Amino acid sequence: MTLNDLAQELGLEVRAGGSALETEVRGGYASDLLSDVIAHGQPGDLWVTLQRHQNIVAVASLKRLAGIVLVNGREPEADTLQKAGAEGVPLFVSALPTFELVGRLHDLGLSGIRT
Amino acid sequence: MSPLAVVREGREKGLHVIAVCDHNSAENVAATRRAAENTGLAVIGGIEISSREEVHVLGLFRDGPALESAQQIVLENLVGENEPQTFGEQLVMNERDEVVGHNSRLLIGATELSLEDVVGTIHRLGGVAIAAHVDRPSFSVISQLGFIPSGVGFDGAEVCSEERPTLPEGLAVVRSSDAHRPGEIGSRHTLFLVERPTASEIGMALHRMEGRRVLT
Repeated sequence: MTLNDLAQELGLEVRAGGSALETEVRGGYASDLLSDVIAHGQPGDLWVTLQRHQNIVAVASLKRLAGIVLVNGREPEADTLQKAGAEGVPLFVSALPTFELVGRLHDLGLSGIRT
Repeated sequence: MSPLAVVREGREKGLHVIAVCDHNSAENVAATRRAAENTGLAVIGGIEISSREEVHVLGLFRDGPALESAQQIVLENLVGENEPQTFGEQLVMNERDEVVGHNSRLLIGATELSLEDVVGTIHRLGGVAIAAHVDRPSFSVISQLGFIPSGVGFDGAEVCSEERPTLPEGLAVVRSSDAHRPGEIGSRHTLFLVERPTASEIGMALHRMEGRRVLT
């Protein structure tokens, strides 16, 4: 599934990186500790988090993640938005809380485990 | 961790200066300083402020008014009430170790201030901002945010283990006990070359200004 497919299905609002919506999403990872994402994130993962700090963009770039979804309707900080735009990192906002969003992503076929 | 116990332990461990940095509170600083009067142990007033990303930052302040202002800002941005059954009582004591009050706010919680705002606030009040326990797996700038973002402007980083994690070039490293119990006081320390045991002097040492240095 592409980022665009998921965004359509789940009502994710694009905030940055709109030109990369055809990116294929290979899996998912949910965490709010960036050290944890650095350790366990995989290329092509869609990252679900409530962390809005600009460092999330650097981590997403570093780990070649497919994109980031901020939950609970949380908007990115100004710096975060700016960085995501500059680096072309897809950034979305969802009104859903993490558990619900992850559940729905899983229902759509996205897994948190690479086989 | 009563004022008298803290001072007694500090002196027994041979320390010249301690910084009292309670979580999101400075209420016990004055009493500790009074308890230390005429003992030869200097007390620096500080607060360990929790940013909204749950990064802990040590703020060391040069005087009472600055500390008071910092305390005010923290309280204005702190959310939640304490649950004594879960988190324990939050006691305010005097220099005779008598309980004079309770703090009902959730001091173990996080403020609504971003990391940059916390450091900015500390600096605006003329204080020293040190990234707390950066090599710990929780509540450190590295655990929470992966790395120290450029431009934050920490004056130093506190390290707990023997190894030094990868830190930005030129960022001063300090070691302190982060004591949560009297026995832990003095378990780690930093040797500074300064004129007086004050927050301002330590700030200068962290930036190698005018001959002040961090020696170990």
